[in-house]
This record gives sequence, structure tokens and C-alpha cells, in this order.
Amino acid sequence: MTVTAPTPAPAAEVPRSSGTRLVDRVFKMRELAILAVFLVMIAVTQTGNSEFLSEQGIKDLLLNATILVLVATGQSLVVITRNVDLSVGSTLGISAFAAGTCLQGGGDPVLAVLLAVLLGVGCGLVNGLLVSLGQVPALVVTLGTLYIIRGIDSIWVGSRQITAADLPGGFVDFGSGGISAVPYLALIALAVLVVAAYYLKHFGSGRELYALGSNPEAARLAGIPVRRRILTAYVVCGALAGLAGALYLARFGNVDSGTGNGYELTVVSAVVVGGVVFTGGSGSVYGAALGALLLTSVNSVLPALGVSSVWVLAINGVLLILAIAVDRVVALRVASALKKRNARHG
Amino acid sequence: MTHPSDAGPAPVLALKDISKSFGAVRALRDVSLELFPGEVHALAGENGAGKSTLIKTLAGVHRPDAGQVLLDGAPTVFHGPADARDAGIAVIYQEPTLFPDLSIAENIFMGRQPRRALGRIDHKATRAATAALMKRLGVELDPERPARGLSIADQQIVEIAKALSFDARVLIMDEPTAALTGSEVARLFGVVRTLREQGSAVLFISHRLEEIFQICGRVTTLRDGALISSEPLEGMTEDDLVRRMVGRDLDELYPKQDVEAGEVALSVRRLTREGVFTDVSFEVRRGEIVGLAGLVGAGRTEVARSVFGVDRWDAGEVEVEGRRLTNGAPSTAMAAGLALVPEDRRAQGLVMDMSIERNIGLTGLRATVRAGLMDRGAERSRSLDWAVRLQVKYARIADTVSTLSGGNQQKVVLAKWLATGPKVLIVDEPTRGIDVGTKAEVHRLLSQLAADGVAVLMISSDLPEILGMADRVLVMHEGRLTAEIPRSEATEESVMAAATGRAAA
Repeated sequence: MTVTAPTPAPAAEVPRSSGTRLVDRVFKMRELAILAVFLVMIAVTQTGNSEFLSEQGIKDLLLNATILVLVATGQSLVVITRNVDLSVGSTLGISAFAAGTCLQGGGDPVLAVLLAVLLGVGCGLVNGLLVSLGQVPALVVTLGTLYIIRGIDSIWVGSRQITAADLPGGFVDFGSGGISAVPYLALIALAVLVVAAYYLKHFGSGRELYALGSNPEAARLAGIPVRRRILTAYVVCGALAGLAGALYLARFGNVDSGTGNGYELTVVSAVVVGGVVFTGGSGSVYGAALGALLLTSVNSVLPALGVSSVWVLAINGVLLILAIAVDRVVALRVASALKKRNARHG
Repeated sequence: MTHPSDAGPAPVLALKDISKSFGAVRALRDVSLELFPGEVHALAGENGAGKSTLIKTLAGVHRPDAGQVLLDGAPTVFHGPADARDAGIAVIYQEPTLFPDLSIAENIFMGRQPRRALGRIDHKATRAATAALMKRLGVELDPERPARGLSIADQQIVEIAKALSFDARVLIMDEPTAALTGSEVARLFGVVRTLREQGSAVLFISHRLEEIFQICGRVTTLRDGALISSEPLEGMTEDDLVRRMVGRDLDELYPKQDVEAGEVALSVRRLTREGVFTDVSFEVRRGEIVGLAGLVGAGRTEVARSVFGVDRWDAGEVEVEGRRLTNGAPSTAMAAGLALVPEDRRAQGLVMDMSIERNIGLTGLRATVRAGLMDRGAERSRSLDWAVRLQVKYARIADTVSTLSGGNQQKVVLAKWLATGPKVLIVDEPTRGIDVGTKAEVHRLLSQLAADGVAVLMISSDLPEILGMADRVLVMHEGRLTAEIPRSEATEESVMAAATGRAAA
């Protein structure tokens, strides 16, 4: 055979036909749609309450989204591989308390954050090993670890509580401070997000996460180290949940044994609303981040409009179902469009 | 790469005395195989003979219990598919193994993408290399489009491009033609011949014997996990090959009985489903086998689905023995005596994790219910009865269907529908992926059914099957019925002409 793998031809030869643009457009469309919904919501709220987009308002909006964005980014990696990590809420809780305890004892803030991340890595490692080696559905395994980690957390923490008064002032200031309207925490989340997105798009192992979510059997046959990749996704997810725990501590200064309880469902909602397909293989971390931003801003928008916050959960639910419905319709449209193109090509 | 003519007889890849068991089942027993550069080598055998296990051993998916894999004469152990791939072995599986969400370019280069600095993927180079491969294969596929929605033929092209992309020295093709039309097969064979001339070794598996004779030089036959023979095809006849595969003389492959056609059992008039098929009218009489031929995508399956009521039609009408069927209602179609044996038995015909008895019992749930509860005894005896009549080979009737070979699974699907006592039977690709022995049995069964007065509509892409079994041949092209050819005038040429739209039908 004569073709020696990658012989880069002049770029001009590469056809970019309508199919390409169609698919590109759909994916961008999916993220743009969330962005549009978000912007409309903000605009409506701003007209109703001109105080909403004050410097402090914007800062609150971003701060609220930060922690969810971080955890959702990690979760996206796992969901892309056709798995899920339900233990992120517990991981966040235990990491936050661990970081708090470290700081309470006069520990260095950097060390405390590192400790939280490492604890997250540990949780991720357990999840990843169970899922990849045990060949057990991730939903069940991580439901188990959700309770185990929460249980350990409860036994360890008991009725203790960490409050902002126990923490070094610099740490708390960092948690609420920022460059004008942009909080430091949001910058950290943004950096993580950009790195994750770049990794997923431009590195072989990142693409392989998509591949094995898209068709696990084919991934195995293509020689992709399936177990190692799944393990990596869980470890990153755990690490980000741990980091989010440390940031949670910095932001709220208040941690007890119930911290992060039920958070996993918000995270999964954000990921799905953001267009990361639950059956794996498709979606982006930017989408997930937008989903997180959208869901958290509903929390701020309703009070600003004078609507009772009891509506928040219901609205989040509606957004979730709407997102899935839109995905389904778009998927059908794309499928039929691609089929028609096939037919024309014979 | 060395050319076969100046290379000595050194096999590029060989298996020596390979054995492999799965639990108590001995899938391969002391099997040897040699693949030489520049040859197309056929692997023949009935379903369950061990072909798949052999392929997966070559591909590094299975590790043999005993025996050696020799690469260029040196003993090698493949620890996984990646090892085999790095050794230059490419496998195209029966079920294409693509990533539906990823682009064609990514599918081809997954795990081996050209890199830029810092290990980043060079997307541009990937795209360009893919475009070059497509050009070389002479197909117009956009490297950037996702694999989702590609036809099976195009999916195979992507798989072949994948093999070309890493300079495969050995290409293993597991029933690549099973779902292809005539012209697509011709295109595929063109590619295979080119590869052979360039010195690759190709291992080719097909249930279509004529294809083996058309393209292969040597053949290795397996039966029940054991090696029967490895020899040149020259001078062999199809009967010789079948005898080696089956271990006995095969009765005629197309045992068509002549039956006097009775009254009209199925009448389809001006049936239209927008964008899918248009103005389709035909009749099937009692005792008749009517073949429905055409290229894949011509709308044959879609017509069958609408007739049965799985999909709605937009215009037209369907009658079974004079009874008008309700649009989009399979239950009324079944009540009227219509049965549809679908094309994809795994996805549509069977519940793979359910037992044989319960699968056959599914269509008879109403008949075997007493006082609102399932009568398991009645279900079992009914299922046993049909399993025996169709000679399904199984260990226990309570085994799951997934443990059966493809041919036996197909018999279970047939049993399931025959148990309803249909007046009209529609079978969609009844023998796709089935070995010759079972194929002949299925044909005899269809013929017997027709003799018993059942009207049979048989959709098939296997032309010899259509010509051998059908009393009349209907041909579809791009959603329209283009020809109706009586048995006496039906030839490969006349049917293909109508199927490709060349005929002045």
C-alpha cells in the first residue's frame, strides 16, 4: 500500500461541504440557544429591576455560577464517556470540610486547597476503579459512593461546623473579592474551563473520551485504553469537585456535614441543559458551563423580579425537560438531513 | 512492500495449532492458517464454525489458549487490538465499528491522529489525509461529516480507509458484502483487488459462495471449530466447497415447488408514503412467492413496514383477503393474518436476552392466556412444537436467544411468526448472514408454506435467492415499483436493469 498515514495535503483540497456546516451549526446552535435564553432572561430582569445588573449584581451572578461551573466541567468529562458521577456533592462536602479543618488549625491556604483537590482525586479514583474494573453501571456505583462518602463525612464532622470566623481573613477575602465585577473564583473556574475544553478538542486522549462514549465496543476494538480513560475522567471529575469544595469554603465560609447534599442533581441538570448528551459521545464543556450559568441565574432572577424563590426548582425542571426535548428534535432533524444527503450521493 | 512474485512463500501472518475455548464450548481446535502477501484468502464455514473466533484471535481481541500467532514467521502475542493494529492487521467487522458522534476523519484516525507540537492533534492534517484517502478510494464523503447516518456501504468505506491509513499488510473482512447492493459489491471488490496487487493479504469471509469464487485465490474451511481444508479454489466447484463446510451433500439450495396460485391474499393499491415510496401497487396470491428486489434504500423495507402498519402511509389502501387494513395498526394487520419477519432480527425480531420459548411465545400471548394469566405450560408446548418443526438447534428451550447462531436465531423469528398461522407472510432478507445449510432449510420452509396456501412476499438483496425462489419478481427503484417480471423472464440482467432504473420497464 502506498499511502503513508498523514500526508498533509494543501488545505485547499479539503472539501468543506454543506454537511460540515450543518453539523457545526447545530452544535454551535445548541450553545447559542442557551446563551440566548440566558441573555433574554437577564434583559427581562434588568428592565423589571434596574438594580439587577449593578457591579455587585453581576459579581453575585458570576460567584453563584462559579462552583457549579467547576463541578459541571468535571461531570461533563464523565458524562461524555457514557458514565455519570453522582458522588460529586458528597465529594464537595467532605473536601470543603477538610480544607476548613486544615485552615482552622493554622494551615497554609494553598495547602488547604491542595488537600481538598487531593481528597477529590481520591474519591474520583475509587469511583473510576469501581466503574472501569467492576464493569458495573456508573449510576449504581456512584450512588453507592455518594452515600459512603457522605456517611464518612457525617461520622467525621458530626455536629461540628466551620464558620468564616474560623478561617484566615485573607482566604475569605479572596473568596468574595475580584477584579471589579469579576470575582477571583470565577477566573479560576474560567481557566479550568478553557483548559478542559482545549484538552477535549486538541488532545488524542480527549477525543478518545468522546470515542468511547460514542461506541464503547468500537473504542475497545480501536485499541483505546478504555479503562484508563474512564479512570482519568473520574479522577479529573473528583479533583474538580474537591477544588469546588475549597472554593465553596472560601465563598461561603460556612461548612457542616450537610454541605453539598443533593448537589449532584443540580450538576447533572446543568450538564444536560448545556447539551452534553447523557448517552455519551457528544457535547462540550462550554455548553455545560452555560447550562450552569443559566440554572444558577434563575436563582437570582426570580427574587429580583419579586417572584417567590419556591419557583426555582420547578423552573429548573422545566429547563431540563425543554433542553432534552430540543436535543431530540434537533437530532431527528439532523439525522433526516444527513440521510437525504446520502440519498443524493447515491 | 515485497511483491508476491518475487517474494518466497513466506506467510505474512500465520496461525499454528490454535485452540480457544469459552467455558465448555471449544470454539477452535488446533486450527492453522497461513496468509501470504498478495493473496485474497477465503475463510468458509457455517455459522458457529469458529470463523469469528479465528478473526478475533488474529485481531488481538481473543488470546488463544494454545498455539501460536506468527507474524513474518516470528511467534507473536497480541495483548490487545492495538498490538494487532500496530503489526499492520486491520479488521473490518460484520457490524461496522464506527463512532457515530465523531467525524469520518476522526473515525479513521482515532488513536493515531497526526500531531503538532506538544502532542496536540493536527486537525487540518487529519482532514487532508482523510480527503486524500477518500479520493484514492474514489468516493465522495465529506471528512468532516459525522459517521451517524452513513449507509452501511459508506461505513465500510470508512473502515477500509482506516485500514489504508495505517498501511495494513493484512486486511480481514468479515462478511463485508452482507448488506451491500450489486454495484456497492463491485466497488468493494475493485478496492480489494487493488490492495491485493499492492501486496496486502486479504482474509475474506462471505456466505455468498459466488463471491468467494469471484475474488479469492485460496480457501480455508472450518467446521465445528476444526480445520477441514486449506487449498486453492481453482478447480473447485461450489458443491465441493459446500460439502466441506457442511460435511455432507447439500440438498438443492433453492427447493422451489411449483404451486398453482390461488385467490388474491394481499392486495396493495397505490400505496404512498411521502418522500419514501410512491404509488406502489401489487398483489400476492395464495401459494405464491413474490420476490421484491431492488437496491438497498429503494424503499422495499419501508413498503413492508407500512403494509404491516408499523409506519403510516399517506395514501392508498391495503387489503388482506378482501379485508381493508387500518392505517398504522399492526394489531389489525396481525388479526387479518399478516406476519412480518423483519430485516434486522437482532434489533427488531427478537428479544435477545429472553429465552427461545418466550420469544416464540411473544406473538401468541393472547392465545396462551387463561383467565388473564399467562399459561406457561401452553406457551412452552406451543414454542417447543415450532422449534422442532423448524429444526432450531439449541441446548435447552429455556436458553436465551443470544446463545444461538445467526441461522438459528432467524429460525426462531420465523417460528414466532409462523406460530400465528399467517395467511400472508412478509419476509425481509430472510437469509442475510445465514450459512448455506440453514439457508436451504429456510428456503424449503418458505416453499412448503407457499404450497400450504400461504402468500409469501420475500424481500431480498440476494439475487440468486430471488431468482431461485420467486414465482414473480417485483423490482423497486427509488421508491417506485419499476418492473414486474414473471419467473420465466427473470434473469440477473433484467432484475438489475430495473433495480438501477436502466430498464424501460
